[in-house]
Amino acid sequence: MKINNRFKKSLSMLIITIVVLFILNKVLDDYKLRVLNLCGIYIILGLSMNLINGFTGLFSLGHAGFMAIGAYTVAILTMPAPMKEMNFFMKPIVPFLANIEWSFFPALMMGGVMAGLFGFLIGAPVLRLTDDYLAIATLGFAEIIRVVFTNTQSITNGALGLKGIPASTNVWWSWGLALVTILFMTFLMEGSYGKAFNAIREDEIAARSMGINLFTHKVMSFTFGSFLAGVGGGLLAALLGTIDPNMFRIVLTFNILLIVVLGGLGSIKGSVVSAIIVTIAMEALRFLDESINLGFVKLEGVAGMRMVIFSIILMAVVIFRKEGLLKEN
Amino acid sequence: MLKIENMTMRFGGVVAANKFNADIEKGQIVGLIGPNGAGKTTIFNVITGVYRPTEGKIIFNPGEEEQDITGLRPDEIAKLGICRTFQNIRLFKELSVLDNVFIGNHLRIESNVFSSILKFPNYRKEEKMMLEKSLYLLEKVGLEDEKDGKAHSLPYGKQRRLEIARALATEPKLLLLDEPAAGMNPQETRELMEFIKDIKDEFELTIFLIEHHMEVVMGICEEILVLDHGSLIAQGDPESIQTDSNVIEAYLGVE
Repeated sequence: MKINNRFKKSLSMLIITIVVLFILNKVLDDYKLRVLNLCGIYIILGLSMNLINGFTGLFSLGHAGFMAIGAYTVAILTMPAPMKEMNFFMKPIVPFLANIEWSFFPALMMGGVMAGLFGFLIGAPVLRLTDDYLAIATLGFAEIIRVVFTNTQSITNGALGLKGIPASTNVWWSWGLALVTILFMTFLMEGSYGKAFNAIREDEIAARSMGINLFTHKVMSFTFGSFLAGVGGGLLAALLGTIDPNMFRIVLTFNILLIVVLGGLGSIKGSVVSAIIVTIAMEALRFLDESINLGFVKLEGVAGMRMVIFSIILMAVVIFRKEGLLKEN
Repeated sequence: MLKIENMTMRFGGVVAANKFNADIEKGQIVGLIGPNGAGKTTIFNVITGVYRPTEGKIIFNPGEEEQDITGLRPDEIAKLGICRTFQNIRLFKELSVLDNVFIGNHLRIESNVFSSILKFPNYRKEEKMMLEKSLYLLEKVGLEDEKDGKAHSLPYGKQRRLEIARALATEPKLLLLDEPAAGMNPQETRELMEFIKDIKDEFELTIFLIEHHMEVVMGICEEILVLDHGSLIAQGDPESIQTDSNVIEAYLGVE
């Protein structure tokens, strides 16, 4: 009975979302559609980080690295051969990648798998660390990925980046996969394994004394999280059409962390709502970066001013409302 | 059920347990007592794999199917059937009372994580059984009405009972209770004693407990081990312990 009600509620939510997306897809201009796509992508990214940091309590800051892996995988796999040739004018691309041209979905999944694989490989040694040490190690990993991608000229085209990635991401891909991610997270967290993740966050000593293998569960959560981060990165690459290693700096991880913390650590609904609000606000507050004329005084524009606003909000939330702005009770 | 052979645990220069020997028989309730800082909890930590002993061996199920559990990880030891509660209650505070017990079942799960996400029939069946068992255990400890509340909102005595229910959910053969009566009033203490005897019979447990309430120790333990400065100073039934000169000396000092 309860399940049935919930099913009806979810189904009606799903139908409403599809209808709204359909309408928005028709009426919005290109710029606004891009923001709408970003919302979907940031839902995936926010949830994937929440899985690792919020639900399992692993303080990881490696998200940008996993996104980079997903983004580059999708870009290299989907770009047609002539486009690759144009991009790689400094040094030709390695032959086995030169003529590969996959369709979008398999490439996206491959992006997720590659990121997940790296998550698994990195997780094995790194997840033996706790708290701040884990944060430092994962942060280091993300930087290593960025530096490696800057220097592997014949695979990633180095600092020049990749241009002309087929723009396959549309509202249906980004929001479709966001909905799948929401379902995935809901079912995962409802189940026994999700509860075991929660137990690890609450008290590691008690969790392992209750027979939960900390290591396998942490690696599991970390791998799932990095898979989703890879998918999100891939969607982002196919939305923007252009990527370069400098996109995947710590600031990107910070943006996602912002979504997770504002929405509430360990809250699926919170992350979804907060991803939408933050993404829209990032665009809406762009005027803060420009010069403002108040009539009597003219304020010079400061690039990155809107990030200051977000950082202040983040600080206030952490001090006054640790459970997040949007989390119930 | 459990045999500890010549176990020594050193932390740097501090000897927390010194050549400790114990043999706990199946179906017994054994008490471990001693003054504060005698090393009682250290012994529990060594048995459950939190610490690896500096010397000595821990044997589970001595006899035919004996297993050397020295140095195994806590989760491996829990899977073999040794579970514990903690002196300073360690519940999953932000989770519901029911989830706390439900998580205790997780170590016996057979379905993998993908069948849990996709809710395959094998997982659903297992989950239903885990849920029924958790509810039964909550009823057993009298917390069925509070199952949806958060664990940290329970009063102290109930938190202790929840911890026992969670430990029982792991299906232990040997249950270690670290000061189960701490902070309880005389009424609650008496109820707890009945409860311990009751679960011992129902779940065919062997119980090893640390306790300061002499009423509890003398009332339910068949065998008592007395520890002082990490060494075993006396062992025997409640009557003989009460008159043992070493024990009196350890607790009250020498005249």
